[in-house]
Amino acid sequence: MEQNELRELEHLCIQECAPWCVSTCPIHVDVRAICRAMAQKDFVTASQLVRKTIPFPRIISKICDHPCEKTCKRGELGDAIAIRSLERAALDWASSENVRVRILPAKNKRVAIVGAGLSGLTAAIDLARKGYECLVIESADRPGGSILDYPETDLPKSEIEADFQILSDSKIALEFHKKLGKDCSITDIGNRYDAVYLGIGGRTLDAVETACFSGKKLEIDPVTFETGFKGVFAGGSIRRLDTLYSPITSISDGRRAAISIDRFLQGVSITASRDNEGPYQTRLFTSMVGVEYGDRIPAVSPHGDYSEEEAVDEAQRCLTCECMECVKVCEFLSSFEGYPKKYVRQIYNNLSIVMGQRHGNKLINSCSLCGLCKEVCPEDLHMGNVCKAAREIMVSRNKMPPSTHEFAIQDMEFSNSDKCSLIRHQPGTDSSAFVFFPGCRLSGSLPQNVQNAYRFLTQCLSNGVGLILGCCGAPAEWAGRQEDFCRVSEHILEKWHEMGSPTVIAACSSCYEIFRKSLPQNKLRSLWEIIDTYGIPDDSHKHVGITLAIHDPCSSRHEPGVHRSVRNILEKLGCDVHELGLSRNLTECCGYGGLMCFANRDLVSRVINRRIRSSPHDFVTYCAVCQDHFLSQGKNTMHLLELVFEKRGSENVLNRPVSYSSIRQGRLFLKRSLLREFWRDNLNSTQENEMIKLYLSDTIQDLMACRMILTDDVQKVIQFAEQSGRKLVNKSNGHFLAHHTLGNVTCWVEYSSFEEGFVIHNVYSHRMKVLEASGS
Amino acid sequence: MSGYIKNEEAGHWLCNACGTELTFGMIEVHYMGSGYPVELPSCPKCGQVFITEDLATIKMAEIEKLLEDK
Repeated sequence: MEQNELRELEHLCIQECAPWCVSTCPIHVDVRAICRAMAQKDFVTASQLVRKTIPFPRIISKICDHPCEKTCKRGELGDAIAIRSLERAALDWASSENVRVRILPAKNKRVAIVGAGLSGLTAAIDLARKGYECLVIESADRPGGSILDYPETDLPKSEIEADFQILSDSKIALEFHKKLGKDCSITDIGNRYDAVYLGIGGRTLDAVETACFSGKKLEIDPVTFETGFKGVFAGGSIRRLDTLYSPITSISDGRRAAISIDRFLQGVSITASRDNEGPYQTRLFTSMVGVEYGDRIPAVSPHGDYSEEEAVDEAQRCLTCECMECVKVCEFLSSFEGYPKKYVRQIYNNLSIVMGQRHGNKLINSCSLCGLCKEVCPEDLHMGNVCKAAREIMVSRNKMPPSTHEFAIQDMEFSNSDKCSLIRHQPGTDSSAFVFFPGCRLSGSLPQNVQNAYRFLTQCLSNGVGLILGCCGAPAEWAGRQEDFCRVSEHILEKWHEMGSPTVIAACSSCYEIFRKSLPQNKLRSLWEIIDTYGIPDDSHKHVGITLAIHDPCSSRHEPGVHRSVRNILEKLGCDVHELGLSRNLTECCGYGGLMCFANRDLVSRVINRRIRSSPHDFVTYCAVCQDHFLSQGKNTMHLLELVFEKRGSENVLNRPVSYSSIRQGRLFLKRSLLREFWRDNLNSTQENEMIKLYLSDTIQDLMACRMILTDDVQKVIQFAEQSGRKLVNKSNGHFLAHHTLGNVTCWVEYSSFEEGFVIHNVYSHRMKVLEASGS
Repeated sequence: MSGYIKNEEAGHWLCNACGTELTFGMIEVHYMGSGYPVELPSCPKCGQVFITEDLATIKMAEIEKLLEDK
């Protein structure tokens, strides 16, 4: 991932964009943070936030023209937040003093500010803080400019005095009764000072232009506040002769001009990086779903000022606008306690590490790649694509932790081995118009129903329905192993071509999604569309009066045709279908997608729990993994094939999910069973270790599933121990403990003999290689 | 990694083939190109080692993860 790609991806995430109140405020007061603090009765923090950005908080909280309130999102459903009143309350109810003025070391440069209105004084304060010596020249006898016109009731003089204390604290010199063009000339000031800011208001502009600039009109740059005269900057009401006085805009002008003056005096670019100064349009999105209409909290006080309680109540009305649309719907995104902008940065940093711990590996490998984030993102950011690209980079650099996906890849290889895979034309034919591809998981979980489905297809479709048993390569694709994926994918395509390029009928949504990318559009159908088209078998059990909540697998997200067919089939079966809040294109992953369950077991448990809690009804789905995942946490879940082909009610649901071992057994069984029924071929492929009979309690089976240890592994360890005699024996209970290294994993089995087999007491494994002496 | 298996844990087991008690000694363990000597019980005659469930599933798993993320 290159820097520019990172920037583009980061830019797509709008979570850090300012809320409307902040972007509209000319000086970007952090209104959201102020409201958040006050909602928690933290007036001290709120007042610190007010004082941090506003140089004259008491004045502004009395007379601000508050453009923020016009764009407040809350105002879309009721009244906008009373932002100015809340700022006032923050100052009234916090016991904190004025902010201490911190002045940087002196820069040995002098700036003259003409006009002691809000823009001039703000420029002076900001520049004084940066270490410039500032002189403010004012024609009147006191500072304040336009604000002195406000009546005492609106803006008490005491408030002005309190706020102007900062001028002496900042060591700003003030000279009164000095009129530019009369008592002092711009040339004279220019000779004595390194830069000048004109904050003279509109009333004296013509006179100043005549006296100081030979009658030339001052043209003020709206971004830099330069005037066309070198070293002379201007802003404040002088820029807005035809509009009402805006105190907050005057402050903004002074602040922005001070930035230009500082840059001018430092000899750096005045124009660079000036985006989003002053009011601007934010890109933020905030959902109003669930927001109720609300009126402003009225102030009981005759002055209109809020009491503490009123202020807290009003602050609590604030929506604290943010996006978080993807985080709200994704357990993965919320579990890492950030949002995509942060995650993209973490992923980029993780990929950039040359030496040291890669703490982002878990983040990258935990995503289900399901793409729900993109569906709900106002900017279409797909974190799954980011994580998948990162995985591919890790694999290409040999930096993918080897343990993460190994089990899943081995499972894929097992499915595609001669033991399980099968490629045949329909018996009695030598060509196929169709080929059924049930997929590896369904084959292992529900082999008998795969057989039922194949029988059904051969009965309703003509011109030959071939069969391909195997894995489509999705695990390799999800693991970022492009080489492995291409190998599997090309093999399938080659065989498909050899069969005469028949229309593939996929039962699994993940296979369907994979084939979507490799097969021509008219050569791919879903099993569900076929069943919908040709009708359910006449002898299907009718599930009248049963309500099932339908869970669409995440890989079916962009297949509305499949969604329709599945619902049609359920209707034909007599079921009442309950739609989950997140379904069809907004469906959630069950926790298997992207191989999440191999990278982050705790997360998967939360993902499953979140989904199954979304409806009290039993689930029906059309993905074998989804079914197993929901069953694993006790949610009654039917597979659609069970409803179509089994002669029993949906209440007789499996009470245990199938294990990895039984899935492997299921695949072996399916191949044998299909060969026997359709091709009259009795396959005998039982291996020696498969003859070892094991007694596995439910606890041990759960432990094996959790530790990803297969029955086959246990059998191999026992076979090795019994043949070699290499095992330990427990002095007190007579149990044996044996270990054997299978591939990259050393598997330990504690067992005892029982009748013609072995009882398993414990299993565990490690990947570290122990350099065992071979013995004397 | 040292002292991860207690004497009493190892004391429960005998080497089945040799009929001997296990004794502690330094044994090399390797992963991802890194190697460490670890004090582990093994059969003094045939060298068969003993690793407990806790050592495999906690400490070794932790180190495996650290080395894999390096």
